[in-house]
Amino acid sequence: MNEFVVEAEHLTKTYGSGNTEVVALREVGLTISRGEVVALLGPSGAGKSTLLTVLGLIRPPDRGVIRIHGTTVFDGRLLVDAAVFRRRHLGFVFQKANLIPFLTALENVQLAMEINDAPPGAARKRARELLDYLGVGDRAGHLPAKLSGGQQQRVAVARALVNRPALLLADEPTAALDSVRGRQVMELFRTVAHEQDTGVLVVTHDHRALDVFDRAYEMEDGQLRPGSIPVSFHATPGSGDSR
Amino acid sequence: MNLAVRDIRHNFGRFLLTALGIGLLLMLVMGMGGIYRGLVQEATLLVDRSGADLWVVQKNTRGPFAEISRIPRNVEDRILAVPGVIRADAFVSHTIQREYRGRPLRLTVQGLAWPADRGEWLPLVAGRPLEQAHYELVADRSSGLRTGDRIPLGKNVYTVVGLTSDMNSSSGDAMAFLTRADAQAVQFDLPGEAIRIERSARIARLNSTDLGMVNPQMAERAGGTSSGIPALGASMVSAVLVNVAPGYDQAAIAEKIASWPDVSVYSHSAQRELLLRGMVDKARRQLGLFRILLIIVSAVIMALILYTLTLDKIHDIAMLKLMGARNRVILGLILQQALLLGALGFGIAYLVGQRLFPYFPRRVVVVPDDLIQLAVVVLVISVLASLLGIAKALRVDPGEVLS
Repeated sequence: MNEFVVEAEHLTKTYGSGNTEVVALREVGLTISRGEVVALLGPSGAGKSTLLTVLGLIRPPDRGVIRIHGTTVFDGRLLVDAAVFRRRHLGFVFQKANLIPFLTALENVQLAMEINDAPPGAARKRARELLDYLGVGDRAGHLPAKLSGGQQQRVAVARALVNRPALLLADEPTAALDSVRGRQVMELFRTVAHEQDTGVLVVTHDHRALDVFDRAYEMEDGQLRPGSIPVSFHATPGSGDSR
Repeated sequence: MNLAVRDIRHNFGRFLLTALGIGLLLMLVMGMGGIYRGLVQEATLLVDRSGADLWVVQKNTRGPFAEISRIPRNVEDRILAVPGVIRADAFVSHTIQREYRGRPLRLTVQGLAWPADRGEWLPLVAGRPLEQAHYELVADRSSGLRTGDRIPLGKNVYTVVGLTSDMNSSSGDAMAFLTRADAQAVQFDLPGEAIRIERSARIARLNSTDLGMVNPQMAERAGGTSSGIPALGASMVSAVLVNVAPGYDQAAIAEKIASWPDVSVYSHSAQRELLLRGMVDKARRQLGLFRILLIIVSAVIMALILYTLTLDKIHDIAMLKLMGARNRVILGLILQQALLLGALGFGIAYLVGQRLFPYFPRRVVVVPDDLIQLAVVVLVISVLASLLGIAKALRVDPGEVLS
């Protein structure tokens, strides 16, 4: 297995047609190594979220090649069952925690593992361990409505990590948090990435926490701007290539 | 992990209220079926309880339940002379409406063949059967009468000596059992003035004939009571109920009696069938139509409720899909909720119905077969109703989480 958790080439995605056509991604290529935390920066409408949905197999691109965790998942057509691939290899965290409101924190995390065919007992044990690890173990039995924004986001991170994904995709995960909580979440990503060898791609506007990332991509008008990458804040564990 | 149960637990009040609404609708469906059963039971009550093997009625009529049937009382004696007949009772039945304690009192009066039949077979819940040849009656408790009540009927006052339960006529009126003589006295009661006028008319008719002119003493007889005039027959009865001795061929006896030029004969089952096809059929179809409409309304309401419940969870369903949940997880969430809603609604319908149905003006009879049938219908409409929500849920784009 190679060192990249994600390799993407020539990704192109267009919405609409004719006068309403919007090119969201233009020939985008990127790599993310195992254990690497990468920031995806750029103004609103630059195509960051689209790139995330494309890499997350939520909306396939029009063209290009995507390899995740050593498997070519897209080369002009989807080569895997997206739902199965997502539950086995991908984790997601969003601006909103998006926890299931009628499940407790523990059940939210446990469910993600049960969806991935884990036995309920094992799923419960692992969920509790993760919540403890993320510092919200004492809130395990509470419904999301009874948790603070930061606690909800930690539970969402636990849910994203519970299946030990190869790639964690995060879209503005700290936008709803204060700077202290935001930084804690970013540092959490870094810790998880390094400890569990997970690749992490974080879409963010928050430049205050950029020092947490191993590398950063900058996006504008659907393109990863040449020359802006890599913006290194740390010595990268992998040799993240970019164009 | 059962998501349906957890969601219900989280929104239990709303779910319970929804189930209550569905339950009340299903109770109406159950009630309609029960009213039909009650109608059939009330309509066939007399035919079934009488225990008669044969019904002898006026020639070319369908019997007293379908139309007016009048046969002379002496038919009873003629039938008793037929070999194999062990019992023949004149059937007297008519409905009266009187004012009692400031309220209208409707009774279907049945004549019992006193002294052979004193009403021991009646399902008494209070009091006793008849013990006197006259001036006693046993009434159904749905009439509102109580034992000891004294009811003026015609020129006499009758004492309620016993109360029955569930003895109503096909029109839903409470039955009252009197001796046959009393029942006919009530049926043919005429005001004194009408009797006087009739007697005067008889004398006038007699005097206008040669016979009356040459036999003036006949005028005295003609002006007397009807029963004292040999030329006037006994009062008519509606039918004669016949029992055949064991070992005799019912069909052969029926054929023999039917060969008489003044009567027709029906077996017990034929009379029952005539009753159901004639009196109950339209009501049955009407109730059946209402039932079907109510089931459709229930299904539509359930579908809308489940669709709304699904819409409420669209974001959560998108998240589940994003996490890679199989379709059966999402399908199970909606379908299980639909089935639970249906099951709880059915339970509520049954429990509320059990308490409310006794207060309905017509008898509501809920039988296990109908309950099973309705349970199957609820199961089917629960599944069908969930399809709209399931279709919506399965079309949800996991990308909606980002919106």
